[in-house]
Amino acid sequence: MACYLPRTQLQSLLDILQQQGYDCIGPQVRDGAIVYESLNAASQLPTGVQDQQSPGQYRLIENDSLRHFSWANGPQAIKPQVFAPRETLWRVQQDSHEQTCQLKFETAAPASVMIAVLGVRACDIAALRLQDQHFLESEYCDPYYAARREGLFLIAVNCSHPAATCFCHSTGDGPNASGNFDLCLDELDEGFVIEAGSDAGQALLNQLELKVATQEHVQQAAQQYQLAIQQQRRLPKKNLRNILFEQLEHPRWDEIAQRCLSCGNCTAVCPTCFCHSEQELPSLDGSHSEHVRQWDSCFTLGHSYIHGMTIREDTRLRYRQWLTHKLAGWHDQYGRSGCVGCGRCISWCPVGIDLTEEVTAICGESD
Amino acid sequence: MLNHYVPQQAEVIERIEETPSIFTLRLHFCDPKLHQQFSFQPGQFNMLYIYGVGEVPISIVSDPQDEHSYDHTIRIVGRVTQALSQLSAGDVIGVRGPFGRGWPIEQTRGKDIVVVTGGLGCAPVVSVIHYVMRRRDQFGRLVIMQSVKHSDDLIWRKQYEEWQQVEDTQVILAADRAGAGWPWATGRVTDLLGEARFDVNHCSVMMCGPEGMMQVAVNGLMNMNVDESNLWLSMERNMQCAVGHCGHCQHGPNFVCKDGPIFNYSEIKEWFGVRGF
Repeated sequence: MACYLPRTQLQSLLDILQQQGYDCIGPQVRDGAIVYESLNAASQLPTGVQDQQSPGQYRLIENDSLRHFSWANGPQAIKPQVFAPRETLWRVQQDSHEQTCQLKFETAAPASVMIAVLGVRACDIAALRLQDQHFLESEYCDPYYAARREGLFLIAVNCSHPAATCFCHSTGDGPNASGNFDLCLDELDEGFVIEAGSDAGQALLNQLELKVATQEHVQQAAQQYQLAIQQQRRLPKKNLRNILFEQLEHPRWDEIAQRCLSCGNCTAVCPTCFCHSEQELPSLDGSHSEHVRQWDSCFTLGHSYIHGMTIREDTRLRYRQWLTHKLAGWHDQYGRSGCVGCGRCISWCPVGIDLTEEVTAICGESD
Repeated sequence: MLNHYVPQQAEVIERIEETPSIFTLRLHFCDPKLHQQFSFQPGQFNMLYIYGVGEVPISIVSDPQDEHSYDHTIRIVGRVTQALSQLSAGDVIGVRGPFGRGWPIEQTRGKDIVVVTGGLGCAPVVSVIHYVMRRRDQFGRLVIMQSVKHSDDLIWRKQYEEWQQVEDTQVILAADRAGAGWPWATGRVTDLLGEARFDVNHCSVMMCGPEGMMQVAVNGLMNMNVDESNLWLSMERNMQCAVGHCGHCQHGPNFVCKDGPIFNYSEIKEWFGVRGF
């Protein structure tokens, strides 16, 4: 049953999490953007901060509201918490004695950590589920991702202020979270409607000893939802998987390539992009070496290199790879589109390429 | 949890020089128990790691029944293969595998087998040729067709001559440029499909090599009424993790490292031959 958490009691929620051994992470304003960082006190949360987003633009503005979550997602949220931007996979030591030489390999998989994230948006929960499918539920389980994922406690906040770039309603992933969270909040002017989505979430909710949310609170939350689904952008309601793979020679790909800088920003901010490269870092004295992985992008020349040739030499082929993978290939791989409608690739594209506009140009409007 | 990213120690038992730029490493895992447990299918690959340099995916050429060792035939094309070429017997490297889906041996038993390869990319099918040769009675006719750029590029020449002598086996070789004493054809092997004697209704064709060559072979074979479900291709893409996570090997929606590297033509035809995939 939904309860009501007065804003003044938000700190109690953080306190209980910390008592339970969680490191808390939550949204904060840093360098003009909302980022997710270590959070010790509710006072660190953004207050009276709103965002303005449009293709190629992201700005924060202030208002006199006491709300902490009246903004849409910044460049990154939970992906880096589970799929690390850079990490050591294993270490190896070379031991030479007498005539024999040995290689001692040692995994660098992290121990499970308990992290609670406050303020996760529905789009990012959907993206996390997709990353779970990729890293945990495919043929091979990734122990590095698994260790971080295992100890994750998610406190969703339903999105009351989608940006102009958001289109989560058309992908079916937002603006409200529909599962895969421990707790879920709706922020109102004076406090929050709070619901549990797991046993752990319910246990925590019980500890808070809150009153049941009034019908008025619940209605306000429902009204916010109705406003939040009035989003400006959408993906065409079509079988994009088949149409995109049928339109590989559409002239629009050439036209996009004239604008796209192949910088890879879209892949860096995308919450579902999983590409990474491996690298060997030998020590200077030759005694040991580290094998490292870090995020990679299909917009680089090296991404498709095989001896003697590069599969995707030009920008047209790279943008087409990204978009056809995201909106078409994912259906075959994981049973749904790889886009959750967060709109980050639109805001953070330095030349303002809008994925929804490009898809519509290639596939046509909804029938 | 089993960590598929971390290599295991393996020792080089022997290094065989095939040509100045091609060599074979005969390996076994240092841990006897691990070596005993290691089993693979022809067409699968291992990730070979050389200390301080890096890892590369290399197909396994030897027969799965060889208990003593497993072999990798490698061409020097880059940094890691160059370093691997410097190894000699007794050296230790890292190996993880086997990975990927091999040739469809079980579905192929009893049928005629046609092997079509080009360039130097023959290693993945050599394993299957060895496999069939050792179990000759379980398969129909075997047609081995190979193209090389220059006749000097052909490795294991003596072996092809031996295979030619085996009953129900046909060897068709062609070189774009033929040196002195080349007894085989000049040109491309894909132009010689008409010479291959096999049952088009009861065959499996296994292909490996440059995609342009495979495309020509696919077209030629389909013109001969070989059904596409009997065409199998070995694909090659950038691979770094080998477990379908790193994303580099994607070919359309397929991960070449785990869904392949051996594909049925029907699985990949939507993207096969399309520039950029």
